[in-house]
Amino acid sequence: MASRLDRSPVAIWWRTIDRWFLAAFLTLMGLGIVLSFAASPAVAERIGLDSFHFATRQIFFTLPALCVMLAVSFLEAREVRRMALIMLCIALVLMVAVLYVGVEVKGARRWVSFAGVSVQPSEFLKPAFVIVCAWLFAEHQRQPDIPGNLMAMGLLGVVLALLVAQPDLGQTMLSLGTWGVMFFMAGMPWLWIIVLGALGAGGALAAYTVFPHVAGRIDRFLTGEGDTFQVDMGREAVINGGWFGVGPGEGTVKRVIPDSHADFVFAVAGEEFGIIMCFLIMFLFAFIVLRGLNIALKEHDDFTRYAVAGLVVVFGLQSVINMGVNLQLLPAKGMTLPFISYGGSSQIAIAISMGMVLALTRKRPERRKSPGYPLAKHALAAE
Amino acid sequence: MMKLWRKRLSKAEASTASIVVDGARKATGGRTKNRVVMTMTVFFGIYATITGRLIYLGMLQPDESGGPATRVTASRPDIVDRNGEVLATDIKTLSLFAEPRRIVDADEVIEKLSTVLPDIDVEQTYKRLKSGAGFVWLKRQLSPRQQADIMQLGLPGIGFRTEKRRFYPGGPTAAHILGLTNIDNQGIAGMEKYIDDQGLADLQASGLADAKDLRPVRLSIDLRVQHIVRDEVAKALDKYQAIAAGAVVLNVKTGEVLAMASVPDFDPNNPYNALDKDHLNRMSAGVYEMGSTIKSFTTAMALDSGKVTLNSTFDATRPITIGRQTIRDFHGKGRVLSVPEVFIYSSNIGSAREADVVGIEGHREFLKRIGLLDRLQTELPEVARPTEPKVWKKVHSITISFGHGMSTTPLQTAVGAAALMNGGYLMNPTFLPRTEQDAMASAKQVVNTKTSQDMRYLYLLNAEKGSGKRAEVPGYRVGGKTGTAEKVVNGRYASNVRFNAFLAAFPMDDPQYVVLSIVDEPKPEKPGMPATAGLNAAPVVANIIRRSASFLGVKPEFGHESEATVASSYD
Repeated sequence: MASRLDRSPVAIWWRTIDRWFLAAFLTLMGLGIVLSFAASPAVAERIGLDSFHFATRQIFFTLPALCVMLAVSFLEAREVRRMALIMLCIALVLMVAVLYVGVEVKGARRWVSFAGVSVQPSEFLKPAFVIVCAWLFAEHQRQPDIPGNLMAMGLLGVVLALLVAQPDLGQTMLSLGTWGVMFFMAGMPWLWIIVLGALGAGGALAAYTVFPHVAGRIDRFLTGEGDTFQVDMGREAVINGGWFGVGPGEGTVKRVIPDSHADFVFAVAGEEFGIIMCFLIMFLFAFIVLRGLNIALKEHDDFTRYAVAGLVVVFGLQSVINMGVNLQLLPAKGMTLPFISYGGSSQIAIAISMGMVLALTRKRPERRKSPGYPLAKHALAAE
Repeated sequence: MMKLWRKRLSKAEASTASIVVDGARKATGGRTKNRVVMTMTVFFGIYATITGRLIYLGMLQPDESGGPATRVTASRPDIVDRNGEVLATDIKTLSLFAEPRRIVDADEVIEKLSTVLPDIDVEQTYKRLKSGAGFVWLKRQLSPRQQADIMQLGLPGIGFRTEKRRFYPGGPTAAHILGLTNIDNQGIAGMEKYIDDQGLADLQASGLADAKDLRPVRLSIDLRVQHIVRDEVAKALDKYQAIAAGAVVLNVKTGEVLAMASVPDFDPNNPYNALDKDHLNRMSAGVYEMGSTIKSFTTAMALDSGKVTLNSTFDATRPITIGRQTIRDFHGKGRVLSVPEVFIYSSNIGSAREADVVGIEGHREFLKRIGLLDRLQTELPEVARPTEPKVWKKVHSITISFGHGMSTTPLQTAVGAAALMNGGYLMNPTFLPRTEQDAMASAKQVVNTKTSQDMRYLYLLNAEKGSGKRAEVPGYRVGGKTGTAEKVVNGRYASNVRFNAFLAAFPMDDPQYVVLSIVDEPKPEKPGMPATAGLNAAPVVANIIRRSASFLGVKPEFGHESEATVASSYD
């Protein structure tokens, strides 16, 4: 424990950081590495790579992700906002670019290549989008004559349009859902909730009718007929593992799940380490989400409240959708499990988001006394 | 810049965004907190659901049974002949299956398996192993030796299942009667299919078909006679270089089929050729213009009408010309013939005139009554439907009177003949044991007893004096009618392509059995000899009767001339 007398940035950081969050994030990162050893060799061998190709890359990505997370956690709220605005601009530009120069994988253009590194801009868009929306909502709250809500809505429209164009329905749903939850918390009138809820349902219906693969997946989920191989396997892996798992490296069902290292890590964890492990992972996610929301509840500053809540809601929604699919509670939908699933872009992007959460939840005793305006004005002037 | 932008937007908003502004203005920290609490509650609920699902999955038992459940191959009852000899039984075999989901390396599996099973289809097996199915068969019905060898390979994801396989100790002896089962031991032909249709299939589907509880199915077949019949027709096939031959032995008093064979046939233990075109059961599933054997029915019809007696005569002096056709006699006598003469000389002209007596309608009605125009009702599924002219005209009645223009199955011809022999009672043939009482209960009288007696006389007479001499078996008083029908080749009757039949009964003083033999497209036994039914179909019947009569319980009577006893009553 650093002394109060120590005024170095690291010491201040250590005193003010939310250590529960930090511990949870580090645990998840560690589990991600452990589980990549369980889940990825089978996939790597299947596509003819070195057995530990994905595992080593997971470690390779975890290190910069850790650095990014810690670095971001040093930022002030104002700096977080500024960073988010810059990230949003870059991400939006890249998302337009990806439609033209993106690499097409399985009928979708989501990836853009920079000097040999593939980047998925939509992953970086999410935290930036959340922070900017939080700021817009907060501004509107503070000064109702500022059309923050309308601007947030406009931004949502742009983001959704770009995501649908890729198409990436998973991220679309996630962005829409998160925005909806934030707007809900920002005091959306019930009439709006009903209207937007209806629009959301209409959009889901439209997706069902427009995209055949969406319709197929939902039909298969509801009727249990057709090719439900992947989700069946996920469920079977968990059942096969039982409470205590079959032991590290002993899993058999994991060998036949196509995306065991990405979307189905949770099921693999269940097979090898048991349902106990699934509980542990789930409790970590639940802890982060509920703790984040609890902080938002006690927070006096609107921006911080919405930003933290928004970030943990994205994180939470992503985790529950992934687990739901793995456990056959939801129709098959490609959604990564934050920190755990393999994927460079998502790893770094999640690290940035959670870095922001850490940054925004640092103890600021002086701000609890006089919440709101001075700092917000200050921040506004800075833009 | 920012300020300008904000101003412009706020102006625009002032007019339209009253709802939003109103909502925002009312917003208090309290409301926001409520909403955060609501969000937390929802998330808590979702995570609770996932917890519940995990607990539920934890309660489920993983499938350790060695593969997903698929239907277990069905047990079938044994099939035995009328004396209890086994005709068909189940034996246990081992079948190799794989669970593709558990297969780690399909190439390795195929490579190693091919050391034990060299004939395995690599491409197909690879596809199956890659199919992602829960269960696929790799090779059915292996020997214990092969099983041991495969187990030695130590491959994961494959296993064995004990299966039932049908075994027919007699091989091809009764192939067409017993039929076949498929690889899942379900009846697909013959009596096997009949047994399934009688409820065994339902029993198997409900899993109640336990091998111990299944009582053997007893057939009316006598294995000894069946063996003789098949042996004789096989010999005939060879001897006369025919394309097919067949025979049936039918109990005239009960309608039971004692034996029935049609060659070429197949070995039900290895039925690779069972579906070949010429391997069908010609006795029940083939229809033929039976030729002169049908004159039995024409004569019986004329006698039964009451307008003709054995002493009636018909003018067979000149051929009958109708339309473009001219009806001639094969053994033409060129004179007036009595009814017995028409029969033993097999006069086409005489038969035509006999049919003329009852008229076209009467003719058709009689054939319908004796079952020659309808599909035969029996247990065997392979029964063909006879054919007749769409509209009966004079010419049809004339040609049908001597067995052309109408096609029937040999079996139903024999069944009709049984009715002529047994006192006039038509009974559906059966392949299951039946008592005389049961048979009579369902029989219907189609000709009167006097007609039946006359027909016995004519059959015996024909065998003694007419075309059936070669069917004589000392002591057994065989009577019968030959039929040498020209077959239609390219739309015309060809004089050298024939379908021969001999329809016989014995012993003629009280007929017990009808024996019908057919020889399809026989070649002359020696160059220059004719290939008529009397020379090939009749000896087949004679051989069958000679060899099987004692098994059939018919006592030979030597020492006095049977002709005298029978003939005297009609002279």
